[in-house]
Formats: sequence, structure tokens, C-alpha cells
Amino acid sequence: MRAGRWLADHVVMMVAMLVLLYMFLPIFFVVLMSFNDPASRLSYEFDGFTLNNWLDPCGPSGMCASVVKSLQIGFLATLGATVLGTLVAFALVRHRFRGRAATSLLIFLPMATPEVVMGSSLLALFTSAGLSGTLGFWSILVAHIMFCLSFVVVTVKARLAGLDSSLEQAAMDLYATESQAFWRVTFPLVLPGIVAAALLSFSLSFDDFIITNLNAGQTTTFPMYVWGVARKTVPMQINVIGTLMLIVSITIVLIGELNNRRRAAAR
Amino acid sequence: MSLAAAEAAGGTVGHEPAAPPRRRGSGGYLLLLPGMLWLVLFFLVPTIQLVATSLYDPNGSLDAGYAMTWSFPNYWNALTSFTAPFLRSLVYAAVSTGLALLLAYPLAYAIAFKSGRWKNLMLVAVIAPFFTSFLVRTLAWKSILSDNGFVVNVLQALHILGPDGRLLATSVAVITGLTYNFLPFMVLPLYASLEKIDLRLIEASKDLYADGFTSFRKVTLPLSMPGLVAGTLLTFIPAAGDYINAELLGTPKQYMIGNVIDSLFLVQLDYPMAAACSVILMLAIVAMVLVYVRRAGTEELL
Repeated sequence: MRAGRWLADHVVMMVAMLVLLYMFLPIFFVVLMSFNDPASRLSYEFDGFTLNNWLDPCGPSGMCASVVKSLQIGFLATLGATVLGTLVAFALVRHRFRGRAATSLLIFLPMATPEVVMGSSLLALFTSAGLSGTLGFWSILVAHIMFCLSFVVVTVKARLAGLDSSLEQAAMDLYATESQAFWRVTFPLVLPGIVAAALLSFSLSFDDFIITNLNAGQTTTFPMYVWGVARKTVPMQINVIGTLMLIVSITIVLIGELNNRRRAAAR
Repeated sequence: MSLAAAEAAGGTVGHEPAAPPRRRGSGGYLLLLPGMLWLVLFFLVPTIQLVATSLYDPNGSLDAGYAMTWSFPNYWNALTSFTAPFLRSLVYAAVSTGLALLLAYPLAYAIAFKSGRWKNLMLVAVIAPFFTSFLVRTLAWKSILSDNGFVVNVLQALHILGPDGRLLATSVAVITGLTYNFLPFMVLPLYASLEKIDLRLIEASKDLYADGFTSFRKVTLPLSMPGLVAGTLLTFIPAAGDYINAELLGTPKQYMIGNVIDSLFLVQLDYPMAAACSVILMLAIVAMVLVYVRRAGTEELL
């Protein structure tokens, strides 16, 4: 009876752990395969241990160039989407205007549209405008800012709506001007939301394949590089890039967590 | 990198302090203008252009240009030529959404109610798949499911798979990949919904002699409906349009409508047909979402 009780209490947690294991399995394989020494050109199995992939990460021709391209597009798209989206979020929370419902719908729709539909729409537009020969860096950037924008608005809006407005009023009561109150009180409080939105934008942009592939012209981003080699010989170095992304992400999460702890301790 | 996603999902939880009064005047329009202009120019206008392209004369070509002939037969041709990929997209997406729900519910439940001080760590673990590239992760499934890999070996030893049976290049592989790739989108809204539930309601049901299962069915499940609906939509919509899993883990026999659209646009250069397929996919999803949301009785979500 007691064992049954214990089982009932913990069965949910055990199932949850198995699900997490399922989610981690591919990540484990990415790290593992970054040390793989494939026996044949078409092998997808772990055949032997080697450090060669790590010692020569840029070995496969074009791979590192595609990573650089993805980083450039990621930074610019993040900058554009974060600025435009933050302004929209402030307007939605702090200002009165006509057409609020239509505005919210236009922000919601890109998040609910399959990527392949958005990508083909943009391609149809660019082609009918006679721009199909010029597609490349600029068209990828335009598309990425578009699909990141909605996510920025939603993230910053959530933070802004959760702010206690009495803090701003207190600043104004203490004779702060409107711009002082904004830059010294409101903005620092919203900043974590903006940073979160920027990180989200960057990872969405860096990882996007479907919309990018349809509008890339001759430009190759990292996901497009992987797509290209997946049909031929897959160089194990893509797993080195995958592992490096993992390390950078975990570092960012740790820094965020440390910041939270420090702030909590300072209180 | 998408910790932000978790924060965005979790950030809305909890009470909201009094919002400051909204200001009048033209300031709001100035703040809105650049962002909304971007969405109109690069989301709304392209969608209209897509519908227009789907009605172009199918006899035109990219070089010669297309004439607008309002040729509605394009839609019929698209549906009859690509019936199988259309159906496959909807079935694969529906199956993987169902599987994702079965996997995500216990996980979200455990994080919301059972995790204690491990809550943040488990939330980070949920979004960990986003920490590395979508395509590299999907290729990792190719290694996991490979013909001599341990998954296939175990299934063969258990006689679930025949001695020559394989997982790679089958529907099973594609559905496994789809379920995996969109699972976090199911877990996070479910968690946000479960987290908000007032535990006293569950206690009250126990006081009224409901057993664990009844209490779950009558209290917890209905209260988590908003998250369940949001999660299924966030999983189903991208899964129906995805073609990366079908391409990397399947064969042309598993191709979904996304594969068809991509190749019609980029290889065959048949724009009217490609656009018609895209519009049909969009309409099918909108119709299904509307019916589903009506049924689930959570209209306020939209």
C-alpha cells in the first residue's frame, strides 16, 4: 500500500523525466557526433572518437562563411525588430489610438501563419516587383525583421503591462521631468523584457530555414548550408557549430540566472 | 537562447498591477508607425500578392511574365495533383500534435506542481532544444534512428521491428521528428496555464470526496484548457507547414505540402501552382483553427 502511494506521488515526475530525456537525446547526439570519426562518407553512426572536427572547425568549404552570414543577419534583424517592436509595445500599453483591434490582429497573424506561407508570399511579392534577381542579404533581413517583430511586441508588452506605474508617479512627485522619469525609472525596469525579446529574435533569426530558403537568392546562411550538405556528405563539423551554439546559450542563461540571484540578494 | 520564450510564457503569470492611464494624442501613432508599416508592407501586402499569384494564368512563365486571368481552376489542379502531400501534412501534423500533448501534459504538470526548487532548471531544460540549430538537431535524429543504432536494435530484439525493419525513411521517423521539434511549444503554454490554477480548488474537490482522477478530469483539466488550446495550435500550425523533417528523415514518399511548395517555387518555377498550394494550406489551417477554437469554447484566445 505504501509503495503504491509512493508510486502515485512520483509517477508524474518519472514520466516528466522520461519526456525530458526524449528532448535531450538529440542534443546529446549533436555533442557526441562532434567527436565522430565517420567510417564512410554516408555514415550517420558513431564510428570512432576523434578531435579532428574540433581542431579544424572551418574545414568544410563554405561552412564558416555561412555561419558569419547568419551572425550578421541575426544581429541586424535583432536590432531592427527590437527597436520597432519595443516602440509598438509602448504604444499598445501606454497610448490611446484608433484601430487597436486591427493592430493586435496584425501583430498576432504572423505568429499563427505557417512559415512556408509567409515565405512564399514574400517571394511572390519580390518577384512581382521585379526584384527576384537581386534577392539575397537584404531580402533575408527584411523577412527576418518581419517575423521577429511580433515576438518582440508580445515579450516587451508582457513586461511593460506588469510594471507598477506608482514607481513612475513617485519619480514625477519627486520633481523628475517626464524624460528623466522615463530614462531613469521606466526604461531600466522594462530593459529585462527588451533583452529577452532581443535574445529571442536572435535565436529565431539565426535558426530560420523555411522563410530564408525561399527568399535567399544566392546567399547561404548556416541552416541553408546544413540543408545543402544533408543531401550529400554531412561534415561532422556542423555538430561542432551546434555544440558551440549550445555552449554560448548555456552561458547566457547562467549569466541571466546569476544576475537574478544578485538582484534578489541585493533586495 | 530562447530563455526569452519561457519568460514570455511565464511572464504573463501572476497579478498585474494597476496600469498607468493611457495617454491621448498623436504620440501613439508615431510609435506604431514604423513597426506596423513593416508588417503591412512585408506581411499583409505579400499575402495579398500570394492570393493574386495563385490566380495568374498558369501558361505564363517567370521570364515572360504572368497575366492575371482569375484562373480559379489553379486551385482544383493543385488539390488534385497534390492530394497525397496535402493529406499527409494534415495527418502528420495531427498525429504529432496528439503525441506532443500526451508527452507535454505530464511534463508541464510536474513542473507546475511537483518540481519545487527545481522549477527553473526544468523550465530551462524544456527550452534547451532551442539552444542548438533546428537542422543540426533534426540530423541528429538521423543518427539516433539509423539502421544499426540502438533504437532499431532494441526494437528488433523485442520483435517489434522485423530483422530488416527500419525506422529511418519512414512515416515514424518524420512524425518522431515533428513531435520532438515542436514539443516545447506545447509544454510552455500548458505550464503557464497549470501554474495559474488556484490549488485550493483542487483541495476543495478532494474535500468533496473526488478521487484523484475525478478531481483531475473535473477541475485541473478544464482549468488548463486555455493552455491546451494554445499549445495544440502552436504545435499543429508549424508542423503542418514544416518540410524539414520530411526531407531529412523521410523520402519523397513522406513528402508534405511544404516540400511541394518549396520545389514548385524554387525548382519547377511554377508560381501560380505554388501560390495556390500555399493559399490552400493557409485556408485549411484557418478553417480548422476556427472550428477547433469554437469547439474548445475558448474564443477569447484569438
